[in-house]
Amino acid sequence: MLGNIRTDWGHDSAGCAICGMMSESGRPMGGETIIRAIANMHDRSNGLGGGFAAYGIYPDRADQYALHMMYDDAAGKAAGERAIDVHCVVHHVEPIPTRALECIRNRPILFRYFVTVKPEIMKLHYDETEDDVIVHLVMSINEKVEGAFVVSSGKNMGIFKGVGYPEDIGNFFRLDEYSAYLWTAHGRFPTNTTGWWGGAHPFGLLDWSVVHNGEISSYGINRRYLMNFGYHCALQTDTEVITYLFDLLMRRHALPLEAACTAMAPPFWTQVERMDEERQRLIRTLRVIYGGALINGPFSVLVARRDCMIGFNDRIKLRPMAAARKDDTLYIASEEAAIRIMCRKPDTLWHADGGVPIVGRLKTADAAVA
Amino acid sequence: MAKKWLLEPDFRIERDPERCVQCQVCVRQCANDVHQYDASEEVVTSDSSTCVGCHRCASLCPTGAVSIRRAPLDFRPHGNWTAEVLRNVYKQAESGGVLLSGMGNDRPLTVYWDHMLLNASQVTNPSIDPLREPMEVLTYLGRRPERVEFGPGGVKDLKTQLDPTIRLQTPLMFSAMSYGSISYNAALSLARAAKESGTFANSGEGGLHKDFRPYKDNMIVQVASGRFGVDVDYLNNCAAVEIKIGQGAKPGIGGHLPGEKVDAAISATRMIPKGTDAISPAPHHDIYSIEDLRQLIFAIKEATRYTKPVCVKIAAVHNIAAIASGAVRAGADIVAIDGYKGGTGAAPTMIRDNVGIPIEFALAAVDTRLREEGIRHQASIVAGGGFRCSADVVKAIALGADAVYIGTGALVAMGCHLCQKCYTGKCNWGIATQDPFLTKRLNPNIATKRLVNLLRGWTHEIMEMMGGMGVNAIESLRGNREHLRGVGLSDRELAILGIKSAGE
Amino acid sequence: MKRIVAREEFCIGCRLCEVHCLVQHSKSKKIIKAFRKERETVVPGVKVEQAGHVSFALQCRHCDDALCIEACMTGAMHRDEATGVVLSDPDKCVGCWMCIMVCPVGAVNRGTGRRVASKCDLCMGEKMPVCVANCPNEAIVLEETDDE
Repeated sequence: MLGNIRTDWGHDSAGCAICGMMSESGRPMGGETIIRAIANMHDRSNGLGGGFAAYGIYPDRADQYALHMMYDDAAGKAAGERAIDVHCVVHHVEPIPTRALECIRNRPILFRYFVTVKPEIMKLHYDETEDDVIVHLVMSINEKVEGAFVVSSGKNMGIFKGVGYPEDIGNFFRLDEYSAYLWTAHGRFPTNTTGWWGGAHPFGLLDWSVVHNGEISSYGINRRYLMNFGYHCALQTDTEVITYLFDLLMRRHALPLEAACTAMAPPFWTQVERMDEERQRLIRTLRVIYGGALINGPFSVLVARRDCMIGFNDRIKLRPMAAARKDDTLYIASEEAAIRIMCRKPDTLWHADGGVPIVGRLKTADAAVA
Repeated sequence: MAKKWLLEPDFRIERDPERCVQCQVCVRQCANDVHQYDASEEVVTSDSSTCVGCHRCASLCPTGAVSIRRAPLDFRPHGNWTAEVLRNVYKQAESGGVLLSGMGNDRPLTVYWDHMLLNASQVTNPSIDPLREPMEVLTYLGRRPERVEFGPGGVKDLKTQLDPTIRLQTPLMFSAMSYGSISYNAALSLARAAKESGTFANSGEGGLHKDFRPYKDNMIVQVASGRFGVDVDYLNNCAAVEIKIGQGAKPGIGGHLPGEKVDAAISATRMIPKGTDAISPAPHHDIYSIEDLRQLIFAIKEATRYTKPVCVKIAAVHNIAAIASGAVRAGADIVAIDGYKGGTGAAPTMIRDNVGIPIEFALAAVDTRLREEGIRHQASIVAGGGFRCSADVVKAIALGADAVYIGTGALVAMGCHLCQKCYTGKCNWGIATQDPFLTKRLNPNIATKRLVNLLRGWTHEIMEMMGGMGVNAIESLRGNREHLRGVGLSDRELAILGIKSAGE
Repeated sequence: MKRIVAREEFCIGCRLCEVHCLVQHSKSKKIIKAFRKERETVVPGVKVEQAGHVSFALQCRHCDDALCIEACMTGAMHRDEATGVVLSDPDKCVGCWMCIMVCPVGAVNRGTGRRVASKCDLCMGEKMPVCVANCPNEAIVLEETDDE
C-alpha cells in the first residue's frame, strides 16, 4: 500500500461526476471525447481526484494481465516487483507514458507489467483459477507491501487515475493517444478522505472497474459480509466494496446480471407483494440470502467489465444518471450536458430508474454476459 | 423462631389524611393484606411490613392519597456490608433456604447500551424520512444458504430453495415466559399481540394451553430441560421450535415454578401433579455434549418434517462465541442469546446476580466469531436480556442481531411494576400469578392493546433512527457497526464490541 | 338503546364504580368533599355483588317493560321519552318502596336522609356514565342492546 494514505479516517464518500461510453460492436474510440465530456462536469469535482478506465487498449497482449502499478519510491518499486516476480512471468514492463503538467504534482512512480501466472504457482493453487491467483496477489500487495499499489489488473484494459481534475489527469496520461471500445471516467469531490493517487476512481480488480458517485450507508455491513468470502477492503472506499460485490455475485457465484442487481438494489417489499408468485419467490430468495449485499444510501455507479458496461442507481434514486444511445454506442453520464458533448444528437435519451440497471453488452463472438 | 423480628420493612405507606376518603379500594386490591379497614374507628390503616412496593394501591386510589416510599432503616454506612447484603444474611438465618428473586439482575451495573451512540447522515448522504418514504423493517429468521443458484434458463430458472423461515413485520419478539410463571390472561395477551403485530411470542417451558392453538402461526414453542407439555400437538401448533439450553437470568440451572403457582390448569398443560414445584433439571439429561444437541435438533426437525426452523436458546456466558458456533454447526437455524440481565419468574438471587455476561459483549462476540468462521449466514441471531427501549434495539441490530426478544419490557407494558415478588404468586397486577382473584385484574383486551402499542411505538422509533442514518432497509443496519461509536469505554471493550470511539 | 353491560370476568371488585357514582350524584361533585360531607345522603346507583373471586357491578337495567314504573303509585318512577332512561322524581316519591319490591334485579335502593327511591340514572347529561369511564379494567361497558 502507498505510504501517504490514512486509513483511520473512516470510509470514503464521494459527491462527484461519472461518465462512460461503450461501442457494443467493439469499435475503438479515441480518448478525447471522454475527456471533453468529463471536463464539462468540472464543478462536480474539486481537483482531489480524477480517473479513467479504458478497454481494448492492449490488443497485442490481450491474453496477458496488464498490471498498472503505483510506487511511492524506488524501495516500493523493488518490493512490488519482488511480489510480482514470485507469482508471475513478466512478458513486458514499461513506464506508463505521461506528459509533464504544471497542475499534476507529487506523482508516484507509474509502471505497467504484462504478466501471466507462473505454472508452478498455478500448481500450488490447483483448485483455483488464474483469476483467483491474481486477486490474491493484488490483495496482498495492496494490504501488505509498503509503498506499492495495484491500480488495475485486467486483460486488455487499464485504469489511469490520480490527484487532479479528471481532464488534467487524462491529459497527463496522454489518453488522447489511446483507442478503446469502452471508456469510463470519474471526477472526485471527496468529503471523508484526502486526495491520494490510489484513492481516485475508477477502482479496479481483474476486468472490473467501478466509478461511483454517492455514499453507502450500508458500508459497514457490506464490508463485513465480503470478509466472509475473503475480500479485504483495505482502502476503506465505497467503490472498493461495490467492485468486490460485483465480483462475488457475478464472477464467483455466477449470478445473472439481473439477479445480481436485484440483490444489490432490490424493490421494496410493498412492491414485491404486488408481483406474481414466481417473481415474488425469486426476489424473496435473493433478498433473504443476499441481505448483506444490499447497498443502501445514495449511489450512481458505472461498472465496466470486458464485455459490458452497467449503469446503476440506488433504489430511491438519490443521485442523477442520464443515458443515451446512438447506433451501436451507449452513453451514460451524471448529466445530460456531458452526454451531449459525447453525442450531439442521440437516437434515444433517458434518465435511469432507481434500482434498474442500464446495460451495454459487447456483441462479438466471445461475449459472455448473462 | 417465633417472630421474624430481624426483618424490617422495605417500604413505608404514606397515607395523606387530608385526601383519604376511606373508600377502601386499596383494602380490596392489596394481595399482601397491607391495608385494613377499622370499622369501629371508620378509618383505613396500613401495615407496611408486608408491602412489596407494587404500587397497586397508589395507582387505583381515586384521590391520590397513598404514596409508597423506600424506608429501610439506615445502617451505619459500610462499603462492604451494605444494607442489602445484611438483609440477605438475616433472611437466610431465619429460613435456612436459598434466596429467591423474581425478574432480572437489579444491581447498579454498567448498561453498555448507554455507552454506544448512533449515527445520523448529513450533507454527503441524505437522511430518509420514514413518514414519507418506504422504510423496511421486515425480517426473516432462519437458516439460509450461502448463494443463489440458477439453472440453464437464467433468471427464470431459480434452483435454490429457501430453508424454512419465520417472517417478522418488526424485529421485536416476545421472549419466553411460561404459562405458569405468568397467568393465562398474560400469556393470551402476548399471543394475541404477536398475531396482531405480525411477530412471534414464545410459549416458554410451560407447554401450550390448547386455547392458544388459534395463535399457532405466531407462536414459538419451547423445549426446555423439563420437557413440560412436549408432545405431538405441541410441535404441530407452532411456527418454530426453540430448544432452551440456558436462560440469561440463571445460566447453568433449569426453570423453577413454585408449587403455589401450580393449579389445575397448569397441572394439565405441563402434565405434572397439582401443587408440586416444577423444577426443571439443570442440563437436558439427553444433552451432555454438542453432538447430543445435534441429535435433538434433528429429532425435532424430523418430527416437524423439516417445515419449521429450530432455534437454540443459550445464556450469555464466558465462551459464548464458541458455544454459538457449535450450535450453528449442530444445525440450529436460529441462535437466541440471553444476557445476564434477563428476567425470570423465580431464580436463586446469587445466580441471578452473579452468573453470566452482558448481552452487548456476547452479541458482538458471537456475530464476529460466526463471520470469522464464514458461517454467519447459516443461522439468524436473536438477542435478549434487559432491552429497555427502541434505541437499545437499534444498537443491538447494528452490533449484529437479526431480531430482539423482549420480556420484562412486555410485562411492564401490561402493568408490571418490578416489585420482584413473582415467585410468591401474589402478583397484584394479575401477571405473575394463578390466583383467580388476582388474574381477573389483567383484562386481555386491554393488555393486548398495550402490547401492540408498545411494539408499534418502538417500531416507529426504529424507523426514525434508521432513516436518520440514511438507511431504508434493515439489512443495511444489521451488523453495520460503522453506525455505532463508543463513549466511556476502554480500548479493550471497544475492540470486543468491534466499534470505534466517538470522534473517530 | 345504549345500556351498561357488566363483564364479570374482568371485575376486580375494587368498587371504584360505586365511588365515582357517589361523587357524580353529590352536590359538590368533588371526591374529597363528597365523601366527607355527603356520604350519608348520596346512595350510589351501582353496587358490586361479590362471592369469592366472582364479582360484577349491578345497576338498573332501564327495562323496556319496567315493572317499577307500573308499580309506582304516584308516577314518580317514569321514563324519559327522549333517552328511554327510567328515572325517579324525588319530588313525587312518597317512599312506599313498591319499586324496590318489584325490581327483578334489586337495583333500586332506599335513599338515606330523605325517604325517596334512589337508582342509576345512566348519568343523564354526561357523554359516558362515570362508572364505565372510571372502571380500571373495562369490566363495565356501554353497549347498544335490544329489549331487556
